[in-house]
Amino acid sequence: MTRFLYYPGCSMDASARAYADSLEAIGGPLGLELDEIEDWNCCGATEYQGISPTRAYALVSRNLALAEKQKNGSRTVVAPCSACYLNLAKTEHYLREDKGLAAKINTALEAGGLHYTPGSIEVRHLLDVVFFDIGIETIHGLVTRPLGGLKVAPYLGCLVTRPDYDHRWRSNEHPREFDRLLRTLGAEVVDFPLRTDCCGGHMTQISPATGFELIRRLIHAADQAGAEMLVTLCPMCQMNIDAYQAEMNRYFKTSYHMPILFFTQLIGLAFGFPPEKLGIGTEIVSARQALAKIGIAVPVTEAQEPVGAGAAGPPRRPRAKRTGLPMPAMPGEDGEAPR
Amino acid sequence: MSSAQERIGVYVCHCGSNIAATVDVEAVSEWAGEELADRGVVIARNDKFMCSSSGQEVVEKDIAELGLTRVVVAACSPHMHEKTFRGACARAGLNPYLCELVSIREQVSWVHTDREAATAKAKAVIAGGVLRVAEQVPLEPLRVPIHPATLVVGGGIAGISAALEIADAGFAVHLVERQPSIGGHMAQFDKTFPTLDCAACILTPRMVEAGMHKNITLHTWSEVTDVKGYVGNFTVTIKERARYINAELCTGCGICQEKCPIRVQDNVFEAGLGFRKVAYLPFPQAVPKYPVIDGPNCTYFEKGTCKACEKFCPTDAIDFTQVDKDVVVEVGNIVLATGFELFDARRIEQYGYGRLPNVFTSLEFERMSNAAGPTNGRIVLRDGVTEPKTVGIVHCVGSRDRNYNAYCSAICCMQSLKFAHLVGEHTDATIYNFYIDIRAGGKAYDEFYQRVLEEGTIFVRGRVAEVTDTLRLPAEAADEGRLMIQVEDTLAGKQRRIPVDMVVLSAGLEPPADAKETARLFGISCSSDGWVIERHPKLDPVATMTDGVFAAGCALGPRDIPASVSNGAAAAARILGRIQQKEMALEPVRASVDEARCSGCRICNDLCPYNAIIFHADRMVTEVNPALCQGCGTCIPACPAGAISGTGFSDAQILSQIEGLLMVSASGQLREVVPA
Repeated sequence: MTRFLYYPGCSMDASARAYADSLEAIGGPLGLELDEIEDWNCCGATEYQGISPTRAYALVSRNLALAEKQKNGSRTVVAPCSACYLNLAKTEHYLREDKGLAAKINTALEAGGLHYTPGSIEVRHLLDVVFFDIGIETIHGLVTRPLGGLKVAPYLGCLVTRPDYDHRWRSNEHPREFDRLLRTLGAEVVDFPLRTDCCGGHMTQISPATGFELIRRLIHAADQAGAEMLVTLCPMCQMNIDAYQAEMNRYFKTSYHMPILFFTQLIGLAFGFPPEKLGIGTEIVSARQALAKIGIAVPVTEAQEPVGAGAAGPPRRPRAKRTGLPMPAMPGEDGEAPR
Repeated sequence: MSSAQERIGVYVCHCGSNIAATVDVEAVSEWAGEELADRGVVIARNDKFMCSSSGQEVVEKDIAELGLTRVVVAACSPHMHEKTFRGACARAGLNPYLCELVSIREQVSWVHTDREAATAKAKAVIAGGVLRVAEQVPLEPLRVPIHPATLVVGGGIAGISAALEIADAGFAVHLVERQPSIGGHMAQFDKTFPTLDCAACILTPRMVEAGMHKNITLHTWSEVTDVKGYVGNFTVTIKERARYINAELCTGCGICQEKCPIRVQDNVFEAGLGFRKVAYLPFPQAVPKYPVIDGPNCTYFEKGTCKACEKFCPTDAIDFTQVDKDVVVEVGNIVLATGFELFDARRIEQYGYGRLPNVFTSLEFERMSNAAGPTNGRIVLRDGVTEPKTVGIVHCVGSRDRNYNAYCSAICCMQSLKFAHLVGEHTDATIYNFYIDIRAGGKAYDEFYQRVLEEGTIFVRGRVAEVTDTLRLPAEAADEGRLMIQVEDTLAGKQRRIPVDMVVLSAGLEPPADAKETARLFGISCSSDGWVIERHPKLDPVATMTDGVFAAGCALGPRDIPASVSNGAAAAARILGRIQQKEMALEPVRASVDEARCSGCRICNDLCPYNAIIFHADRMVTEVNPALCQGCGTCIPACPAGAISGTGFSDAQILSQIEGLLMVSASGQLREVVPA
């Protein structure tokens, strides 16, 4: 049993219901015991820190203080949402670095009868815990329905590996750990160079043209690489690419059909759970077609658009044929670069 | 206590203001004369510069006139002037090892700011020196003969230069090279900066000279596997790998290479950009001219068939029965010129090397621009035919970057400027250089930079963030299929995205992957980066801390061709001086084992960093070879029986020095020391 404190964040209850359902399903087999922090509040999302940092830190610190009070043998708080993770981790980091800030924040917390001791809580993302603590060997042992070469683009988004306070990831720009996890499930991981690029966050609300281009770029790159779907670990990324894909298509006059699922959903499929139990079918851009190819049938739901027939965006650029000068030899399958 | 009989002189140096600004030198010398008189101090003086001739004369005069039997000089570190004052003592007839240097500059004045506390500390260390020197005994330096032959490891330009200097002076050299030919990285280059003379044209005459020299024995396709002995008397084992070619019979006609049916990617000489045969000579001007057969890739060794080379060889020089053989040579000195390896640009994944076909490394570009290279000197994209219209050259790849190597690789700026010039010479392309700072600090280097500027190369100051083939809409729609360089232009103060067809990564220099093993083999030390540490970075830049082992070229750190050649010549000059002396004096500061007390436990055996400890299994005792021992003292405290003692570092000397240190309180007052 691997026991952690759990900070779900607001999207797990709403737009990322599928993330929550699939996490609940696989939590048992993975031996993941998550104790939700009681009476947690909003992490401030991406905006608050830009408006009033001190107040934003105070808001987040309340969650840290509650977590400290509730320590359950583990001092680690796990957050499944990248924005929640970063806000919690960043606040913890600054409180440790800046004694003045910690004192100020604690004055604020005292009003609610709370106190936080910097350094007492460790904040980690769900993927981090699944990959490094549970490990791909354990996951490999639980796979009963390998994903039979489903072509996926691993999309981590911008916040999980940056800034990497604890130096967990091999590289901040092109981490390969996620690839290895997906490969363990039997998926075929395409070369997706935008794995840590931005999905646009809330840009679709502020500057739709900017937001759509950020979304298009990701979908286009995944499509060019031959992916059948994107796999993510962040509710915000999932929502942008899923919910705004139709609008983006209208804006650019394209007809991409690129589903995006949570990694927990793919783990669930590989573990043999039925798709309904994992929230599959609730995504707007349906993954049905892609999953049908590997023999997984998904019941039809109302939310989804009719499956677009035919081509997506511009024709795929043929990959450069290696007939000329030789390319350098590349690192092995698991993507570990030399030294 | 012996100090009662000794007559000690104490000399405290001001070192201009280096010491005097932080330590009250006059007060210290006065204090030593009064308070340490009962410890044997008969005279204490101070001088503006003790190391000056007049300063030394004072010491000499006092020895003669006051009958001093011991001298303590409180000045700079013994590394600087120990030799000076030992010399002064010797001239006055006092054994030089009865002089003790106390460092009150590096270890007191330079590291403290509180004058009062620093003055008290100076008194304490001087008291330690006074009590210690009383326990010192006269010593004589050890003399060892110097074998006249020299081993040079690495056949690049630094190694070749060292070997030729020594050989020309009439002494034997064994030049060991891992690859089939000498020449090193310089042989891969097309042009050299800043003069743009052809690398091969200036290198190959030196290679031929080394190959033909009567005093140089080449051991190519070979590696040093064992080094025993000490300065003047090394016994070195060289593993000569099987070439499967009988050098006696081979004429170097090249038919075996022509007839060999197997082609493999050449990751060494062609930097991965071209192919070679399995029976091959890396390049036409290779020295020696004999090819090698690359066993692991050869069909004969794999399947027992083929032998095409053997069938066609006109002189029957192919010999598949050859095996690796060990050659043992005796040498007096060693030069390590083991060079560098290119930083592996795949590690910076955002630059796309290995993923994006039209991203090249600097060595790939060197081969591409070389008329004898895989493209015959044409600058083309990875497809082998298309000439680029825009080329981006990225500086500092893996250098000046705390994620990879913090150091500057020294040659990349000039190399990148050279690339810009060569691209302009061969194509009509627009050329960008992305740099952090231009470091053009050599002779005629900055003039070359100005020339490249005038040729129209565009310089963008900023570290490249990313090289990508994923474009943004709508602005970049026209650049489909090209590469985009994302960079912060720090002079314009904005982010830029610059489309190019080809990217050249000026990858930094790294020590060879096995640099640490090499260091262990030769008993020298490396910095944490892996470069060889010199005895003194400024004043002894080609010697190592191990006597008789020198280093030259990029083994010491990134440097250009002129510096590598100078290093090679400097190491040769140091060695020639010793060879001509025929013998040399070694510091007598050595460990020795009292055999009666040694239990043969061998705890000390593996601790010695200089391999100076020998174990006599027949007598079950350990012995320290005095010529090999560097007097570091590691073995002494490790001995459970206390059987090892260090000349110059006896228990009596160390304990009295500690007593002296403790005699002075933090306020500079004498106090009672009660032995535990």
